[in-house]
Amino acid sequence: MTALLEVSHLVKDFAAHGSLFRKGPVTRAVDDVTFSIETGETFGLVGESGSGKTTTGRCLLRLIEPTSGEVRFRNENVLSMSPRELRRTRRHLQMVFQDPYSSLDPRMRAGASVAEPLVIHRIGNRQARDARVATLFDLVGLPADAAARYPHEFSGGQRQRIGLARALALEPSLLVLDEPVSALDVSVQAQVVNLLLDLQQRLGLTYLFIAHDLRLVRQICSRVAVMYRGRIVELGLAERLFDAPAHGYTRALLTAIPRLDVTGRLDRVEYDDASFERLPLREVAAGHWAAV
Amino acid sequence: MTPPATAPATSQPVHAAAPLLAVEDLTTVFRLADGREAPAVDGVSFTIASGETLGLVGESGSGKSVTALSIVRLVRPPGRIASGRVVIDGRNVFDLDERKMRDIRGRRIGFVFQEPMVALDPVYTIGAQIEETLAVHSLARGAAARRRVVELLDAVRIPRPDERADAYPHQLSGGLRQRAMIALALSAEPALVIADEPTTALDVTVQAEILDLLRDMRRAFNLSLLLITHDLGVVAGMADRVAVMYAGRIVEQAPTAEVLHTPAHPYTRGLLASMPGARPGTRLEAIAGTVPPIGSLPIGCAFAPRCPQRFEACDERPPITSASPGHDVRCFLYSGTSA
Repeated sequence: MTALLEVSHLVKDFAAHGSLFRKGPVTRAVDDVTFSIETGETFGLVGESGSGKTTTGRCLLRLIEPTSGEVRFRNENVLSMSPRELRRTRRHLQMVFQDPYSSLDPRMRAGASVAEPLVIHRIGNRQARDARVATLFDLVGLPADAAARYPHEFSGGQRQRIGLARALALEPSLLVLDEPVSALDVSVQAQVVNLLLDLQQRLGLTYLFIAHDLRLVRQICSRVAVMYRGRIVELGLAERLFDAPAHGYTRALLTAIPRLDVTGRLDRVEYDDASFERLPLREVAAGHWAAV
Repeated sequence: MTPPATAPATSQPVHAAAPLLAVEDLTTVFRLADGREAPAVDGVSFTIASGETLGLVGESGSGKSVTALSIVRLVRPPGRIASGRVVIDGRNVFDLDERKMRDIRGRRIGFVFQEPMVALDPVYTIGAQIEETLAVHSLARGAAARRRVVELLDAVRIPRPDERADAYPHQLSGGLRQRAMIALALSAEPALVIADEPTTALDVTVQAEILDLLRDMRRAFNLSLLLITHDLGVVAGMADRVAVMYAGRIVEQAPTAEVLHTPAHPYTRGLLASMPGARPGTRLEAIAGTVPPIGSLPIGCAFAPRCPQRFEACDERPPITSASPGHDVRCFLYSGTSA
């Protein structure tokens, strides 16, 4: 297997507002994060709010500039790219956001939103772009006449399909999916998850799936990294990590998931934040790493 | 002695005594942009016994929150309670004047909402808000009220309750804010708490803590709980009985274990099957289509257009029948079994 994306020692500091002559205190949102994503896999990045998972995803595409570290996409260093090289690379590396309501321009027809990346990258003429939009709508399961409608005319699930069509316009190889279905009802969520699985098979896509819903991560991810306070505390094959978690925080997270088969109080493991240490990952079993 | 021909009275279910709350054929309508009125809640009936927890489950637009607001008469225009009764303490709340109604809110029925930042007033400290509730219901004033505030914050396990009483809502974490709202809801010692998606905005570890807290409070205060949620996992751990709503109607109502293990309505079955996590690496069993918008419901069964088991009868509105004793379902698949 080959790594499509390699992230090494990624760091992102946010400075709080200070005064003119003194910088404010620095918050390390992403703290020495290292992982790689293999071609064709779905890699899950999980954690609770403030864990740094979303900031990590944005740093990979340089939607936020990381403070230090390395991001290699097809063995090219994304962080040292010129704006021109970066634009070229972003064709292959696209992001899908959580909120289909705010990620689409409300004044733009759905067809124009999906065609916009093609216009920006000066791909095809008007006719070719219209044909491509029609193909994309078909691919994500939207009717052809949807292209002429505005975002508010669609349901949440349909808007997320438009967001996907837009992300797929430039034929990317890696999609960073940031909570792509967490705003959707469970029955609609299942439809969009199935669409993601279908698209992955048909187009040979690789996914970085950022999510807080561990049941969903268990369902679709091949490997999973758990983030806590900006650091990866555990990383491994999904079934291994879910069945035999090695880090105390992972155990707390997994035992807090509501279960259909448990009535009454969950038998939870609690994690004491005071016991957290910034330890390096070590291999606790084949392909299973934990900061213990 | 020969046994009596009829079943003895002791075989009645334990909750057969007058329920704490009875919602009877409640219909709440909303005026649409075109001037028509359409039901958001359509003939909903359920009861909650003293100390019982009912889980009201549904997706967005199912009418579960409007049901909760209707119970305490907080439906705002363009919504309107059109018909039905809500009986608590033997009185229909729709017959009460506004002063008596305010007494019911807080004193008999407490509220916990999804977003504490909406329910808590940002310009008053947590302590001041609880003290006001105590004063409104003439429960305590002055130093006694302050002592009660600290007791309540301690009861919901807010660390350093004496200091936290003087905190403003924005100074607390999401989990602490939700605890403060639970303290506020319990301050006038209600018999029933309506909790509308109380953990939906929280991280999973915080959610588990808040659910544990609600369980403890339920026992300590002998509370009845109407727990509104979209998450069947939350219901599994909390509710004695479950009512599943779809497009304004309750389509299934039964003890929790029955709903989870032998669901009767095709919608409930679809909802359970679409939940992720059961079989890793596989596609999910999605329910086709989407919830029809209010005002565009079919005349018959509202779920029929999405139902894999629909047949001719579904063009008419299904009655409530029993799939088994105590297990109600609104579906023609069961209309032959009982009336």
